[in-house]
Amino acid sequence: MIRFLARRVVVGAAVVFGVVTLTFLLLRLAPGDPVERLIGPAATPVQIEAQRRSLGLDRPLVTQYGIWVGRFAAGDWGTSIARGRPVREVIGTAWPATVILVGLSLSLSYLFGILVGAVQANASGSRLDTGLSVATVAVYALPGYWLGLMLVMVFTYWLRVLPAFGAAGLDADFVGGWAWFVDRLRHLVLPVATLTLIGIGGAARFVRGSMLDVLSQPFVAVARAKGLTSRRVTFRHVLRNALVPLVTLLGLSIPALFSGAVFVEAVFAWPGVGRVLVEAVQGRDYPVVMAATAVSAVLVVVGNLTADLLMALVDPRVQHTS
Amino acid sequence: MTATRRIRGGADPAVQRVPWFWADRRAAFGVAVFLALAVVAVFAPLVSTGDPALQRDVVATRFLPPLSTDLHGVFHLVGTDRFGRDVWTRLVYGSRISLSVGILAMVVSVAIGVSVGAMAGLWRGTARVTLMGFTDFALALPRVVLLLLLASLWQPSALLVVAVLGVTGWMPIARLVYGEVRGLSARSFVHAAEALGVRRSAILSRHVLPNALTPVIVAATLGVGNTIMLEAGLSFLGVGVQPPMPSWGNMIASGRDTLVNAPWVATAPGLLLVLVVVASTLLGDALRDTLEPSKRAVR
Repeated sequence: MIRFLARRVVVGAAVVFGVVTLTFLLLRLAPGDPVERLIGPAATPVQIEAQRRSLGLDRPLVTQYGIWVGRFAAGDWGTSIARGRPVREVIGTAWPATVILVGLSLSLSYLFGILVGAVQANASGSRLDTGLSVATVAVYALPGYWLGLMLVMVFTYWLRVLPAFGAAGLDADFVGGWAWFVDRLRHLVLPVATLTLIGIGGAARFVRGSMLDVLSQPFVAVARAKGLTSRRVTFRHVLRNALVPLVTLLGLSIPALFSGAVFVEAVFAWPGVGRVLVEAVQGRDYPVVMAATAVSAVLVVVGNLTADLLMALVDPRVQHTS
Repeated sequence: MTATRRIRGGADPAVQRVPWFWADRRAAFGVAVFLALAVVAVFAPLVSTGDPALQRDVVATRFLPPLSTDLHGVFHLVGTDRFGRDVWTRLVYGSRISLSVGILAMVVSVAIGVSVGAMAGLWRGTARVTLMGFTDFALALPRVVLLLLLASLWQPSALLVVAVLGVTGWMPIARLVYGEVRGLSARSFVHAAEALGVRRSAILSRHVLPNALTPVIVAATLGVGNTIMLEAGLSFLGVGVQPPMPSWGNMIASGRDTLVNAPWVATAPGLLLVLVVVASTLLGDALRDTLEPSKRAVR
């Protein structure tokens, strides 16, 4: 178990390191100069040169990379070129928002996805099953940014019941306790609903397939032959076994959810890592791009690692393969 | 036993005499959607006003609701946007961009994936370990982050989107092909060909790859929808296909600002996107069930 874990951690670290190196190279090789964007078109070449030097952009690539890695590892993530704030502060306020968004959506979509999939598998071949199949395929096909806009249109513009932008109302700093909590919750509803709806589609499709696989196993027939109630068969024998492969899906859906979160954060102006990344990329804010990429890579790798670990706990055979 | 043999010999009535995609409702739906879109995209000038950027009197023709006729007597099936441009025409011309970018990107992915997978499956030792190690590494990279970086660093264009989506999407295909090639290489018909002295390249192209392509076709069909959705996503964020060239993604982005007074501008391209992705999922599922009966999901 320890060896298995150690190997996964090493691979994960290699991935994060690779992402960071790749990002660094891409940023430096691509056309476009952050300095020119920063100080505007009216600057003289001398001013540009001075600004380059102060940002350390005039040194050789390898030196820049070495310096960056050293500082990053030591906790000095530099200052945002566009915002003038320390990068650590920018990322530090952003990542909890993303984790809340993704974590909540993940739990809810699994909860409802398992429910829908189980209902379908139990009624397999019926009208209900077909109807739900069509619904889950359609929901799974929804682009997150578009579904988000549609929800905003209905719940914010037409019904006027939910806020569409940000994580807190304008008066959030002046209200306390319960009102503060309700305000936060109301802002969470639409982004979480967007990611959850799409997630339910994926989870339900998976659970249905995996439950039907288990249903065709001999031990289910034995359980029925023993005269167990159908509820007992479903919950004790079928669902438990069907949930094992679901852990694999967890490993797949964590990166997918983070990807989805990038778009959804952009739509809802949700103050998470995704939005920071999109803005930084568009504004060539090198230090922020580097840090945001590193943090999203870490989040994805940790998510995968958790899924691997769960898988190894649920199904000990995994430890010995691959 | 080749893939074609398996189909013809299959006991499933759905895969016998009738063209298979008619017998399977999912496949029929998928084929119908793609055919319809292809026809519309190819004959775009005939089924629309002919110019997606056509603007007349902006004040008089903007924000016209669907099914209305403007003062020039032009009928607007899906209404007009804030510049008075016909949304239907933009959808039709946008389908050219969205479909071709999505499909071309998938072709690039398949080309890279098949080459890498086949090489890794055929070679032994360090070359194989390096290639598959690299594939696993690339698979672990967060794709959307990479897409954003790549797409925003260079001058945005449709071609760049094809390249970027292609380069970040080949890994699952490579893994599939690698597995198939390794499995097939151990089969007796490959040993027989080797014993007969057939060159390795000929074994690969005549005996191994044709048999390995079935799962690739399935994966590519399933992947096209996703690729089209990603293209739209990049264009939505402004780093993909650039306005005024219409793509479904940048149409959604421009409709975002007029959600209150002209909701049809953002709604229509999104509905088409969902339709395409559903079609590709259903067609892919049906193809998998027909071509790879062993992996058939219980129905």
